[in-house]
Amino acid sequence: MPDPPHRRRAHASSSDLERYAGLFAERTRVMRSSAMRDLMAITARPEVISLAGGLPDTSTFPPQTFAAQMTRIAQESAAEALQYGPTEGFRETVDCIVEVMGAEGMLPDPDDVIVTTGGQQAIDLICKALVDPGDPVICEAPTYPGAIPVFCSYQAETIQIECDSEGMRIAELEDTLERLEVEGRRPKFIYSVPTFQNPAGVTMSLERRRRLVELARARELLVVEDNPYGLLRFGGEALPPLYQLDGGDFVLYIGTFSKILSPGIRLGWAVAPPPVMEKVVLGKQASDLCTSTLTQYFVREYFAEGRWREYISSLGDIYRSRRDAMVEALGRYFPPQASWTEPEGGLFIWATLPPYIDTSDLLARALREDVAFVPGQAAYVDGRGRNSMRLNFSAGGEDEIREGIRRIGKAIEAQVELYGALTGGSEAAHAGEADSVGNPSPSISDSAEADSTVVPFRKAEGA
Amino acid sequence: MRVAVLKGGRSLERGVSLRSGARVEDALERLGHEVLPLEADGEMVKRLAAERPDVAFVAMHGSGGEDGTAQELLEILGIPFTGPGVAACGRCMDKVLAKHELRSAGVPTPDWFAFNETAFRELGAADALGGLEERLGFPLVVKPSRGGSALGIKFAENWFDVPEALVSAFSYDDRVLLERFVDGRELAVSVLGDEPLPVVEAIPQSGDLYDFEARYEIGRTSFACPAALSAGEAAAVTEAALGAYAALGCSGFSRVDLILAAGGPQVLEVNAIPGLTDTSLLPQAAEAAGMSFEDLVAKILDLAVDGDQSSRSGDAGRATRGAHTGA
Repeated sequence: MPDPPHRRRAHASSSDLERYAGLFAERTRVMRSSAMRDLMAITARPEVISLAGGLPDTSTFPPQTFAAQMTRIAQESAAEALQYGPTEGFRETVDCIVEVMGAEGMLPDPDDVIVTTGGQQAIDLICKALVDPGDPVICEAPTYPGAIPVFCSYQAETIQIECDSEGMRIAELEDTLERLEVEGRRPKFIYSVPTFQNPAGVTMSLERRRRLVELARARELLVVEDNPYGLLRFGGEALPPLYQLDGGDFVLYIGTFSKILSPGIRLGWAVAPPPVMEKVVLGKQASDLCTSTLTQYFVREYFAEGRWREYISSLGDIYRSRRDAMVEALGRYFPPQASWTEPEGGLFIWATLPPYIDTSDLLARALREDVAFVPGQAAYVDGRGRNSMRLNFSAGGEDEIREGIRRIGKAIEAQVELYGALTGGSEAAHAGEADSVGNPSPSISDSAEADSTVVPFRKAEGA
Repeated sequence: MRVAVLKGGRSLERGVSLRSGARVEDALERLGHEVLPLEADGEMVKRLAAERPDVAFVAMHGSGGEDGTAQELLEILGIPFTGPGVAACGRCMDKVLAKHELRSAGVPTPDWFAFNETAFRELGAADALGGLEERLGFPLVVKPSRGGSALGIKFAENWFDVPEALVSAFSYDDRVLLERFVDGRELAVSVLGDEPLPVVEAIPQSGDLYDFEARYEIGRTSFACPAALSAGEAAAVTEAALGAYAALGCSGFSRVDLILAAGGPQVLEVNAIPGLTDTSLLPQAAEAAGMSFEDLVAKILDLAVDGDQSSRSGDAGRATRGAHTGA
């Protein structure tokens, strides 16, 4: 019998599953729909051009560097590298982190830094330290799709503040904070990816950064700044991180080596003032004791070589060409009613389509053309984002990007034409709604709210 | 026996199929069969021809596996297979065709209209939509004709929701149907051989009546099996289900989805190859009838081997071999 699959004991019956279901914690109930999961599962087919991922390009990392460093670790520090390490991480790793943050103008106290298993764990640990069920947590709309399951698993009430081309709308944030205050509630933190946001690709303006930091100070609120992409800038002027503007009193910071070195090493970090850090460390201890010692040794060796900034700059060159290819293809293949962001860094473009197109359904049509993207809904907790999509430009080559966008454009064109035929061309009336380029359109929320309104009415049936 | 398990494929229900397949493989091994797991890909036919299994267990859902395609290939290769034959699969997969067959056979099914994309693009069918309100009323349900699970199914509360719902449904198929919305209890009757299994009722927990995606998810929907039905209701539901099963020429096993409305049951669709995962309804129904999953798999296999090719492809005596009805 050829390649028997790995053995997995099947459940004896469906009632077993019901039995487990009775044991599940309340927090597991908030999960993505199975339909969406099934759709995303087929994007993994090899023939599919996937613009759905968020993978940095690791193909240009020199294998000989990798080999030399791992060999040196094996020869010189095998026993230590194979051992447990401190929960906070090695001081040498923290020194590398301080160097990376210094490159963006930040000067954290090394004692305020904890090494985590990717930036994702930092989000988890901060929630673990701060969030009780029902606590409000504020984030951007759209927000990093990977943060949503974390907020959900701690049963936070996630409140999303609309973004435009300058990032989170601070005026709307202030209104929300007022409203919460009237209700006697205090958000545990405001989560933001201010630079080259995932998924929208937008960067928060300096003025808004200042206002956000002032607001946090005045109201004594915590801001969690997640900054995986700050150093992946390939155009425009760098802006100071929130952490730098604040000095680290009210801004907790999350960083990662995933996008500047490798996601496979699973190394990220969090920076927080000592009282918060104490709780984060306890949480980390409970989660996994410590982050991989081996990969911390790898980072130490890599930084000792002193060429890490060159590598980032080479990545920037690659991503710039790929972004250019994507933007050019979008202009050519997407209909005039569509808009998209043109980020100066990061990995993603956010495209917004006419409001009558549901990108989850569009994905089904796109998959027939062997191309995939992330439907915008994945970046919202409340069903908004239905007519938007996240497109990744870091993972594939330029030809692949062009072809992928051409295929998506073909699927959109079919929808646009059909809608026009159905409405006798009144589709043109919608053209203005998905407005200026670079603006994740405010019409997102309008149309999606209308769409998700459930009228609590069922017509009585005679038969 | 040497049993090939066909699973995967390119359909949108690939994920479910892989889970069904894995579970079937486990059961077959526990039953002492030699299992040949087969991904439905470019190598499938070659491997079937080379390996010559005694029987093929088709654990594929959606296009390619549930629409008669795989069944046709198995017929050409002369390998007996589980579940309904080519023509029955074709009829079940195409909801519009299935509803025509149900209507002709006198099995109650909600009123509907069907359109293909060409009708709107080239024939100005949009102008015909005006009659919908009068003929079907609102709300109505818009569905892709071919497609499983909840994908692409939308409610239209009123006239203005219709174009958008159609655009969504046409993402999954070039033919869609607009169906009268029938309010009632949601039931599923699985048929094994010619015997109905206990009725399963899906009771949504979310309170959102229109959330199709929640329907078959444990935690968001609870299932009662056997459903609490009066003797009269149970008889009417079973009769409708068996009527649908026969009208579409099913054999082996299938699952009939119905609504029990005030005026009696209405058949929505028949799933030629329903899911066999640990959360699927057919295994639940079998369990309520006292059959373990192994018993169920063994029975399905027996039906495939006993009810040989000719009786199956005769599709319960109503269609000819290899007849394509699903286009």
